[in-house]
Amino acid sequence: MTIKSEPFVVNIGPQHPSTHGVFRLRLTLDGEKIIDADMVMGYLHRSMEKLAEERTYTQNIPFTDRTDYLAAMTGNLAYVMAVEKLMRVEVPERALWLRTIMAELQRIASHAMAVGIFANDCGAWQTPVMHMFRDREKILDLFEMACGARLTLNYMRIGGVSKDIPPEWMPQARKLLKDLPKRFEEYEDLLLNNEIIIARSRGIGTLTPEQATSYSVSGPMLRASGVAWDVRKADPYGAYDKVDFDIAVGRHGDVYDRFVVRVAEMRQSLRILEQALDMIPEGPVHARLGTATVQPWGQPVAPLAYRPPVGEAYARIESPRGELGYYIVSDGSPAPFRFHIRSPSFINLSPLKLMSVGMTVADAIVILGSVDIVVGEVDR
Amino acid sequence: MFLLKGEWYDLRDLGNTVGGLLDDLRDIGAPDWTIYVTSSLIGAVGILLWTVLSCLAFIWIERRVVALMQNRKGPNRVGPAGLLQPVADALKLLLKEAVTPRSADRVIFWAGPVLIFIPALVVFAVIPFAPKMTLADLNVGVLFLIAIAGINTPAVFLAGWASNNKYSMLGAMRTIAMLISYEIVQVLALLGPVLFVSSMRMGDVVAWQDHFNTWIFFIQPVGLLAFIIAGAVETNRSPMDISEAESEIVAGYHTEYGGIKFGFFYQAEYLAGFAIAASIVTLYMGGYTLWGLEDYVPAWLIFLGKLYTVFFVYIWTRGTLPRLRIDQLMAFAWKFLLPLMLINALVVGAEVLIWRENDIDATPALLAIGAVNLVFGAILVAGWARFLGHGTGKQRGQRAILTQEVGAVHFTPEPAP
Repeated sequence: MTIKSEPFVVNIGPQHPSTHGVFRLRLTLDGEKIIDADMVMGYLHRSMEKLAEERTYTQNIPFTDRTDYLAAMTGNLAYVMAVEKLMRVEVPERALWLRTIMAELQRIASHAMAVGIFANDCGAWQTPVMHMFRDREKILDLFEMACGARLTLNYMRIGGVSKDIPPEWMPQARKLLKDLPKRFEEYEDLLLNNEIIIARSRGIGTLTPEQATSYSVSGPMLRASGVAWDVRKADPYGAYDKVDFDIAVGRHGDVYDRFVVRVAEMRQSLRILEQALDMIPEGPVHARLGTATVQPWGQPVAPLAYRPPVGEAYARIESPRGELGYYIVSDGSPAPFRFHIRSPSFINLSPLKLMSVGMTVADAIVILGSVDIVVGEVDR
Repeated sequence: MFLLKGEWYDLRDLGNTVGGLLDDLRDIGAPDWTIYVTSSLIGAVGILLWTVLSCLAFIWIERRVVALMQNRKGPNRVGPAGLLQPVADALKLLLKEAVTPRSADRVIFWAGPVLIFIPALVVFAVIPFAPKMTLADLNVGVLFLIAIAGINTPAVFLAGWASNNKYSMLGAMRTIAMLISYEIVQVLALLGPVLFVSSMRMGDVVAWQDHFNTWIFFIQPVGLLAFIIAGAVETNRSPMDISEAESEIVAGYHTEYGGIKFGFFYQAEYLAGFAIAASIVTLYMGGYTLWGLEDYVPAWLIFLGKLYTVFFVYIWTRGTLPRLRIDQLMAFAWKFLLPLMLINALVVGAEVLIWRENDIDATPALLAIGAVNLVFGAILVAGWARFLGHGTGKQRGQRAILTQEVGAVHFTPEPAP
């Protein structure tokens, strides 16, 4: 005997504990099973790309903090790299190293958050995420020492970084690097070997390499599917070509592998940091930008505005969430003519339907958690 | 024992005090029914007061303990060390407007919280807090325990159904499926103590454990484990809190409830937790006895101490474990716990039969039974888990592959489960 049932629609979000912001997921359910998933975006749309066309290149840097607010350093970095490409600026060596160090610290902080929140989505009721916060706080302390802010950092500048690190920064960073491996071991023991976490995430939300690449997925999600692709290796920027590190790759492309890859990447970031702190040279942290490109704009006392030559530039980096790219078109005026963000959160979200149809509601939440979206970046 | 021989000021058993009062009543010539009503009222009010106070205390304890596990401070602003936080919360819930959604079924919407609260409280009627401190020492106490706990199920379903909310509906459906499955496991687990004691009276179970100077825990380890797990399901405790899984279905069946109606659910959850802990203590852990200590320390304090210890285990799991999925939880009940408990019941039956038929001395018999059950239980659990595909190395955590080669593909399709 079959019991007649009809599908019903459940809205997960925009107000929901596990949508990581204001993302909305319309699930059509047959009992607990998902038969259709519909993503509705735009609840956090702040029109950043359009607003950026009204502001000078320097004024746009704070916007890039506020797209991916869990990884402001990498947002800054990708944007200033695009503008530097446009202006053909040579960035001093020390600034490149500082950028690399900051980006890797940011990656650890962001992945810690991602792993913690993922465990939270599995129902671990805040404990893992609070423990991850313990390490993230230490990294945010380092950021605060370097630039005065903890979340929206605004540290990178066109041609370098805003200021050099203070002398007490290095000892504190080294101390952190010494503490972190113990913590990582603890997390691996408690989370990666946890029977319930394995039961909840093995074989869930699988993406094959073909599917992942055809959806243009990047970052830990792509690497979890077994594709060894990392912009840091494939198209090195900053000082990544001078340090030694591995690409962490998953085996089966499921939720568990994304989790494993993130944890492994935290260790690789640590490896990069250990080398970078030893190898960083002395020197200036900001390029001398010629007067030809620096001109007063508007009022005589107004901040200096760069006028890059007419042209377009695209710069990409490996942000904690994936390949983050900024595409900027200049018409020679102090404001960009076109400002576009290739945000990894948005693109990684696109195969969500593919991953979650046929699974249960509980799985959909875990899958969404494994994508590690930041809605500020999805909607811009 | 000492000079105190059941006098009214013998606080080792509050039953003495009440007994003294009732004797006074009888002396002044009150009719029998007043004595009967008075004693019930005293017991009921006492239990109500105790549960409310324990609830308030444990809201604070749970929040502080979990905060400790999570590197936080927990509530520490209202009153000394945040002790008044639960009181403030309770007041807030009382003063809040009790909103009923327009599309809800008003009568059933109200019935939900009331229905869930009553059984959670009534369970304590059969719990012996001390030798003379049982409100109603029914001869079918264990059965009463299960029957009353079963009222929980329709109450949750009514609440979820009447809310007319999809999250509530999902939560209620999950709860029904879950509770029905685990109730069977619970009943089968309770067969162990009942078979050993050959009585369903809760007082007899405690007396049996006292008499043989053992805890049923030692001769029924697997049964206790199953009962604890089933209890976690019944009280919606992590890792089985899927009926109100916060990260999935917001608050499950009580999503639409606010104010004091939510307060009822909240308190009922604690009461159910205490009830399960009380059952575990009575049936498996010697109740109010503690190897002679009950002669010196008030027996009810020993009972409460044990109860809070067991409840603490539930808090602990809540602070540390992630949540299972509904199908995994159901599979665990039907494929793992149920067969295990059936075999356990068979083994216990055989052991009791052999013991009675052959008239063996208690000490060697209990030692043998304990050893056999422990070893057999361990083998059974491990073997059955292996049979279901756990612990074969397939479930072990894997580490990522590390490579330097850009663009290489290391994908292997997931082996079929």
